[in-house]
Amino acid sequence: MVRYGSKVADILLYAFMTGVLIITLYPFWTQVVISLDGGDAAHSSFKLFPSTISFDSYKLAFDFDALWVGYKNTIIRTCLGVVISILATAITAYPLSKKDLPLNKWITRFMLIQFIIGGGLIPNYLLIKYLGMYNTIWALVIPGMLSTFNVMIMRNFFRSLPESLEESAMVDGAGFLRIFVRIILPLSMPIIATEALWVGVGHWNAWFDALIYTNDTNKEMLQLVLRRIIIQNNPTQFSDILTKLQEKNPYSGMQLQATVIMLSILPMLVVYPFMQKYFVKGIMVGAVKG
Amino acid sequence: MSKTTVLAGQPEWNKRSKTEQKKSKRFAYKKYRLLLIMLIPAVLYVTIFNYVPIYGLLIAFEDFHITKGFFGSPWVGLAHFEKAFSDPGFYLVLKNTVLISVYRMIWGFPIPILFALLLSEVKNVRFKKAVQTASYLPHFISWIILGGIFMSILSLEGPVNAILSLFGVDPILFMADTKYFRSILVVTSILASFGWSSIIYFAAITGIDPHLHEAAVVDGAGRIKRMMYITIPLLMPVISIMLVLSMSGILDAGFDQIFNMYNSQVYDVADIIDTYVYRKGLVDMDYGYATAVGLFKSVIGLILMLTANGLAKRMGGGDYTLW
Repeated sequence: MVRYGSKVADILLYAFMTGVLIITLYPFWTQVVISLDGGDAAHSSFKLFPSTISFDSYKLAFDFDALWVGYKNTIIRTCLGVVISILATAITAYPLSKKDLPLNKWITRFMLIQFIIGGGLIPNYLLIKYLGMYNTIWALVIPGMLSTFNVMIMRNFFRSLPESLEESAMVDGAGFLRIFVRIILPLSMPIIATEALWVGVGHWNAWFDALIYTNDTNKEMLQLVLRRIIIQNNPTQFSDILTKLQEKNPYSGMQLQATVIMLSILPMLVVYPFMQKYFVKGIMVGAVKG
Repeated sequence: MSKTTVLAGQPEWNKRSKTEQKKSKRFAYKKYRLLLIMLIPAVLYVTIFNYVPIYGLLIAFEDFHITKGFFGSPWVGLAHFEKAFSDPGFYLVLKNTVLISVYRMIWGFPIPILFALLLSEVKNVRFKKAVQTASYLPHFISWIILGGIFMSILSLEGPVNAILSLFGVDPILFMADTKYFRSILVVTSILASFGWSSIIYFAAITGIDPHLHEAAVVDGAGRIKRMMYITIPLLMPVISIMLVLSMSGILDAGFDQIFNMYNSQVYDVADIIDTYVYRKGLVDMDYGYATAVGLFKSVIGLILMLTANGLAKRMGGGDYTLW
């Protein structure tokens, strides 16, 4: 793209964007600083860097069993959820990618209508209860398993694959199933990876369904453990650890919360820069109307 | 018949006679039998998880008891709606919902567009990528964590109060102050979402033919002029579609955020329809009433979206609408 603009405008633009960069990253940075701060007992409020670095709160957080139970459950949920969702999406999207499939239009419409109308909170909740899924992991992975949006995006991707591949396989005697498993799926790894990331992040961050569909502390998800610590501020084991930490640092309530926040988003922060382009690519692929 | 003719499909199809069409239709069913079987689970799934709850909306007209079940509970007609419309608490949450989401739309809708316009003017690719990556980040963090972070920033010992104290302002308990709470909700939700919402505008801006800009430059158009007369007009269809889409969500004031950030001190300004439905339905177990309120919300949302779509169609034609 051609650009012809003045130097002054450029400087203003870069300054403004640097401001945006700072504003978006600062909230996360505060948590890093607070969690690592050695605590010189001075007001720990507004520091750009920790006065002394200490890993005390991290060491103590490792004794916080509920956190690790949550971690484990969330990992299980995420893996299971991603596998189920991707399978269901691919199996649905493949037939729909055939433009001359009988009933294609009707089935697509049938799946699209629920974009506009839905049952809402209570009917969904009652449905899960009646299906006997309450307090099982299925209540968390099945209801969101098949998203019409994801199906449409994958369908569009399948349609963009060259038809001749399929035709030549058919001439060689392959059926649809073999074509799907051996040719289409391997070629679709970009879109499968993209959607797996979306679904995975969704499961990692999901909390409301876990809040309403489960009530067993052994099955508690990471986000709910965090909610008890950060928002409600009162799990019992947490206060034991807090007392230990308080001997060293008077502002340790905030510190322990920051530490727990860091521990839970660390996996995300590490992989995020690598995943980011796939997230965006997926949106772009999806924007192609079809 | 060879496979290719069927796959290549549509145009020749229409030219054929009726009997031939019927024949090829039967042939298509046979050919795609396996693929149709593959779709059965999806159809069942959508029926159970999307359509059964729509049917379940009927409990808005029932005095629903979980022990008596859907069919055993007595009908009460519009009683739940009458109860809602005569309850001042309902009007309070309705007012909060509308206010919060209207503020959010007025401030939050233009910002992603502005951000995309400005960032597309940044030449340095690495810097641009860095800003973009940072701006998407909050979208991938749950509101439990974002809420916790914002609460710590706004707490008495947080940086905002520290800066204010430099100017001699007494510490403010932001999260418990009805004066500030709505603004906090709006500002923090924009902070968390503007980057991600700007993606679609980026895509549209990248899609603009560079020749248009080159020609304008030859004609002596500056940056601002080109933005005003090329980029923005070409963005209008996308902007319009996004606006129509956001109209349907006007009663979605952001459950995740508010549920994790509010507290009893600010209920009066922060309680919205969704949190109200949650409390009435799942905490007080007043299922019928909560469903009625939820249904009211969806119907208004649907009407708003249809109206906005209709208006957009009248103003700009097909490019500006959802359907």
